[in-house]
Amino acid sequence: MKDTDFKVIKGEVKERIDRWISHYPADQRQSAVMPALRIVQEVNGGYLTPELMDEVAAYLGMQPAAVYEVATFYSMYEHQPVGKHKICVCHNISCLLRDVDDLIEYLKEKLGVDIGEVTPDGRFSIKKVECLGACGEAPVAMIGKEYYGNLTRERLDELLESLE
Amino acid sequence: MIKIEINGQIVEAHEGDMLIDVADEAKIPIPRFCYHKKLSIAANCRMCLVEVEGAPKALPACATPVTDGMKVHTRSPKARAAQKAVMEFLLINHPLDCPICDQGGECELQDVAFEYGNDVGKYSEAKRVVPDHDVGPLIATDMTRCIHCTRCVRFGQEISGLMELGAVGRSEWMEITTYVGKSITSEISGNIIDLCPVGALTSKPFRFKARAWEMVAHPSIAAHDSLGSHIEVHTYQDKVMRVVPRDNEAINETWLSDRDRFAYEGINSQDRLTVPLAKSKGQWDEQEWEDALNQTVELLKPHLNNPDTVGVLVSPNATVEELYLLRKLLHAHGVKDIETRLRQIDFRLDEAAGKPVAPGLVNTLPEIEAMESVLLVGSNLRYEIPLLNLRVRKAQLEGARVRVLNVADYPFTFDLEDKVIADPQALVDTLKVLVRAAAELKGTEIPAGAEDAVVSEQHQAWAKDLVESGKATIMVGAMAQQSPLYADFVLWSARLADLTGATINVVPQSANEVGAYQVGAVPANGGNIDSMLASDKKAWIVVGIDPELDTVYGARLKQALDQADTVISLTAYDSEYLRSVSDIMLPIAVHTETAGTFVNATGDWQSFKIASAAPGDAKPLWKILRVLGNLLDMDGFDYVHADEVLEEAKAQTQSLGSVQGDLAIPARTCDKPVVLGEWSLYSVDPIVRRSEPLQKAAGAARPVVRSAIEADEIVLNTPAGPITLPNEYDESVAPGVVLVPMGLSETADVTLTDVSVAAS
Ligand code: SF4
Ligand code: FES
Ligand code: FES
Repeated sequence: MKDTDFKVIKGEVKERIDRWISHYPADQRQSAVMPALRIVQEVNGGYLTPELMDEVAAYLGMQPAAVYEVATFYSMYEHQPVGKHKICVCHNISCLLRDVDDLIEYLKEKLGVDIGEVTPDGRFSIKKVECLGACGEAPVAMIGKEYYGNLTRERLDELLESLE
Repeated sequence: MIKIEINGQIVEAHEGDMLIDVADEAKIPIPRFCYHKKLSIAANCRMCLVEVEGAPKALPACATPVTDGMKVHTRSPKARAAQKAVMEFLLINHPLDCPICDQGGECELQDVAFEYGNDVGKYSEAKRVVPDHDVGPLIATDMTRCIHCTRCVRFGQEISGLMELGAVGRSEWMEITTYVGKSITSEISGNIIDLCPVGALTSKPFRFKARAWEMVAHPSIAAHDSLGSHIEVHTYQDKVMRVVPRDNEAINETWLSDRDRFAYEGINSQDRLTVPLAKSKGQWDEQEWEDALNQTVELLKPHLNNPDTVGVLVSPNATVEELYLLRKLLHAHGVKDIETRLRQIDFRLDEAAGKPVAPGLVNTLPEIEAMESVLLVGSNLRYEIPLLNLRVRKAQLEGARVRVLNVADYPFTFDLEDKVIADPQALVDTLKVLVRAAAELKGTEIPAGAEDAVVSEQHQAWAKDLVESGKATIMVGAMAQQSPLYADFVLWSARLADLTGATINVVPQSANEVGAYQVGAVPANGGNIDSMLASDKKAWIVVGIDPELDTVYGARLKQALDQADTVISLTAYDSEYLRSVSDIMLPIAVHTETAGTFVNATGDWQSFKIASAAPGDAKPLWKILRVLGNLLDMDGFDYVHADEVLEEAKAQTQSLGSVQGDLAIPARTCDKPVVLGEWSLYSVDPIVRRSEPLQKAAGAARPVVRSAIEADEIVLNTPAGPITLPNEYDESVAPGVVLVPMGLSETADVTLTDVSVAAS
């Protein structure tokens, strides 16, 4: 790819990725693949596309398939559009024992969307994730970079209200 | 050397060798799926678990280095229990569809399950189902059968250099896929069919055609490039069903190019000529062989009195035996113009040397793999000789610097150190600069012709690397060989090699190109195809080619055939064109249908036997020539076996000129824009052109000109008048260069000795 072929990795995005690349030896640019994917996902409104992954591959000198492998292995990379607030609800043992399933049903009903779908106003989407490492406060959800524990239907109502 | 004990047997090994290799060497079986001797160790299938005394758990033999005194048990209760458990896990999601699976009967999973598994599994829940992907015309997928060994993925990463498949997703959702729905494009992709231990990746053209145990395997030699890869031809009822590689470390290792693997579909093409045909009063009639041969002799005889008016054009894929008998038959009558160099337009080297100068590899393939510095001159090596490209790739991965001089920035499957992309004249000038740089480095006299060259730092670096690398080579490829400046390319490369101590390898392209030189299937009188076409031939014999497609002489050759009194075609295929120019058409066998010999790029004489039956009445060419010899009342045509012909051919090889830097050639320049021919992977010979799956594959030719000229169309002048072709604007093509796809009916009139751009 020529420099001009990069639609997303330029300007500030490029600078941010370059900062990560500089952490690694010069011949190991591919070490920056995870932060690079995170950054392009962020500027793309929260999800990746094949074109974006191809750009990352070209920029880091990797084979596209190697980037797809990474991007599909880790659950924090999205491949479909997500809401402005991605509600990641823990669906592992402690939270299940504390009836997280009921909360998920409630969320689905309240927002009118299924897991993986986005509300028509673009504000919310729901995702099931594995143990968030906060079992002490089960049931737990993560929205953006914040954790919310000891969730109940009422807490969820308040939460959704407070989010733009 | 250390000693270890496997199942009580003392085995010698090198410290650090992997246990599985040591066991393999000692012929002690250990089951495996992910391990493959040519791929990196993944150790992900766990099928190779064995008991090692002192280790608390069973260890994977593929990832366990041996140490002195190690005691290993491959069939102890502990080892067996581990193997059984792994097998049971592997079968959880594997479908039980062996009866409809093409891999059935040659499936590693089947074999290992039978040998090491349980008769019943405990798993009774639902199995997972994985969608299949259309990855192109060569490979069929049944991804539910995949056991995630990742051999196919590693092949792409490590061997072909194109990672087209990946292990996407994780845990239960992991899938082997291209992810974006692309077709596989690698020129050696078919090897993943062999690598896949189950029926997840199978041959699409071979799908549901035959069972492994119904077929007969014939060892043979591949015929679609100059390496002569070792193959096995699998036949069912004497018909070729598929072609697979045979291990041969010196040539193809365990691999095979897609061209050599799938070309056989062209052998089974409907276009085969199956009966002799003769034209009378504009009508084609089927003939008995006897009549056809008598007529051939009748047609030929009058011209033999005037041997200079007879020209013979032969495929460089014909066998040694065939070429030798042709030469013997015709030389005896004074016919010297037998030509196999159908794609060369510059013959100044031969003129300077006073005899034909043959291409050839002076280095073996393992030597090429060990090079430290490689200069490629005019070569799209990946598409010329895919498995030679693999060797250069291996060298590069080991640290060799590869530099190229090319007319287009061809994509390589490895990193280039540096490149110069320019028109042929500028490339030759670059070689001169390199020669001067090398002479300056060595403090020797600057060779005549290079005095005016201006050396830059870039050139100094190139020359220095060639001089200082202990192992360096200059490889001259097809693009240089087929250019108007072939002699300049070779001479300046040879001079550079002399000065730097690098070797020079002029890469032969066709299966028996080297053999053709050796047995004299190039004109013995200083002539060549160009001079043959310039002289007024009254009779032509064309052998094993589609004359309108297989040369670069296009309309010029067509006109010569039109004007001749007699055209005798010996051909495996019927074609409208051959019918329009020939007087008689004799059906010949292709290489799998005859015993024969090819001399490969490194000069090895490789013989093979009949593998499949020729269709209808088609006959091996050497037998036809034997009878023609008899009908012409010639002595020495009483061969019973092809072997006898081979012995004689070997004893009578020609003296050839060698590639040397001290030859003097007349100067030639080429005007810009220069029109060059490009042979795609799958347009190189009549068989591959008729292989449908290959024609649908990524390497097939498109009737489109490529150039850095901004125009939708380009008009080319040919001796038959101007032709208009769509132009693809392509910045990777050097300025002043127009690349025309050859071997296509759309460009059949393009005559590279007589072509120019009329308009764009
Ligand atoms: S497709 Fe075949 S080779 Fe590739 S990972 Fe699956 S089983 Fe292994
Ligand atoms: S199981 Fe939900 S946070 Fe651990
Ligand atoms: S062969 Fe050893 S783990 Fe697969």
